[in-house]
Amino acid sequence: MQYNWDWGILFRDPYIWWLVDGLKWTLMIAMCAWIIAFFLGSALGIMRTSINPYLRFIGTVYVELFRNVPLLVQLFLWYFVFPELLPEDAGRWVKREMPLPGFTTTVWALGLYTASRVCEQVRSGIEAIGIGQRNAGRAIGLSETKVYIHILLPNAYRIIIAPLTSEFLTIFKNSSLALTIGVIELTAMTRQIEEYTFQGFEAFTAATVIYSLVTFTVMGFMLHLEKRLYVPGMIAAEK
Amino acid sequence: MGDFDFAAIFDNLPFLMEGMKTTLLLTVAAVVGGIVIGTVLAIIRLARVPVLGRLAAAYVNFFRSLPLILVIFWLYFLVPLILGRPVGAFTSVLVAFVLFEAAYYSEIIRAGISSIRSGQVAAARAIGMTYSQTMRFIVLPQAFRAMIPVLLTQAIILFQDTSLVYVVGLKDFLVSAELIANRDQKLIEMFMFVAVVYFTICFAGSMLASRIQRKLST
Repeated sequence: MQYNWDWGILFRDPYIWWLVDGLKWTLMIAMCAWIIAFFLGSALGIMRTSINPYLRFIGTVYVELFRNVPLLVQLFLWYFVFPELLPEDAGRWVKREMPLPGFTTTVWALGLYTASRVCEQVRSGIEAIGIGQRNAGRAIGLSETKVYIHILLPNAYRIIIAPLTSEFLTIFKNSSLALTIGVIELTAMTRQIEEYTFQGFEAFTAATVIYSLVTFTVMGFMLHLEKRLYVPGMIAAEK
Repeated sequence: MGDFDFAAIFDNLPFLMEGMKTTLLLTVAAVVGGIVIGTVLAIIRLARVPVLGRLAAAYVNFFRSLPLILVIFWLYFLVPLILGRPVGAFTSVLVAFVLFEAAYYSEIIRAGISSIRSGQVAAARAIGMTYSQTMRFIVLPQAFRAMIPVLLTQAIILFQDTSLVYVVGLKDFLVSAELIANRDQKLIEMFMFVAVVYFTICFAGSMLASRIQRKLST
């Protein structure tokens, strides 16, 4: 194996700033997409557990649609096809005039996709609480909405902290798909460093270490949070 | 939307089928490789082999913390370097998928093995079976039967993930469609078609998985 090592390259100007900049975009995509995924996913989870059959149906269709098409294909659909289907002015705006088109498209594509996964977690959390609490809430005169706000959702979120953490980490990792539509996030940056310096080993190691560090930090923090917030008697939190 | 050009799809079907063949071949090879290595990793962890057990756990956690795209880039760069000669994109991508998916399969298989009641193991040992006989004839057959739906679901995820070979330009289903889309200026038709095909296969697969799940649990 012929290879000229040069670990110093990673700490030299400009490459170190490239890495910082790449990480910044990766985190921004992950955070923004997570906000969409969390709120839309929660709404869909409520719909799928609702007593209204139409809402349940819409939730199911959404989940099946978004779960069964590869994320990269979805990204291309939003980026290349969606603007063409809009009226001409709106399409042009999405394609060219919208600020940060690649970034914005990735955030939405990733958010809408992950919402289908968050939905399933929220649903399983609500189902784990059982019908008893729901009936009890109704029996003391709470409306269906209030049962969700005061009983089902607060408990469900506490039960599903672990799966939600791994969904967030999935978004964090999936943000690398943005490079296919020209967003220079962390993975793309290291690829660029490799192409400029031919130090592929060092560049990919840098990305590997950064991804792992962020992942393990988030996991450690959430494990701590999970222990503090666990619902007594629920098996999901018994770890 | 009115001028959706179906001919653009039909005329290029043979070319697209070639791409789908690559996608399927990669999926099947990665599933088999992933399950084999994943099983080994799971058994090492469950048998509490001193140092190896720790290493297997580290391997799983490490790969699960990385984006698949990064792993694809890594192996695309490493495999030719290690072998000292250029290899096709398919080889390095396949290595990347097997190494990556082994981590995920190992977790599934570990859970599957753990779900077999310890009485089964004790009984096998009591009638004089060795540890590896117990695994081969008692635990693994039952574990794999119970795991079929989850393994199938993971295979569907893997099937979708193979689209990421796009980043190294391997001509799978998606890349073939993209080539035609750009050559003939048929982006809408091609990407819609790709989405429909993926959806049909994955939806059918997940229906099958939940049917098997229902059958096993009754």
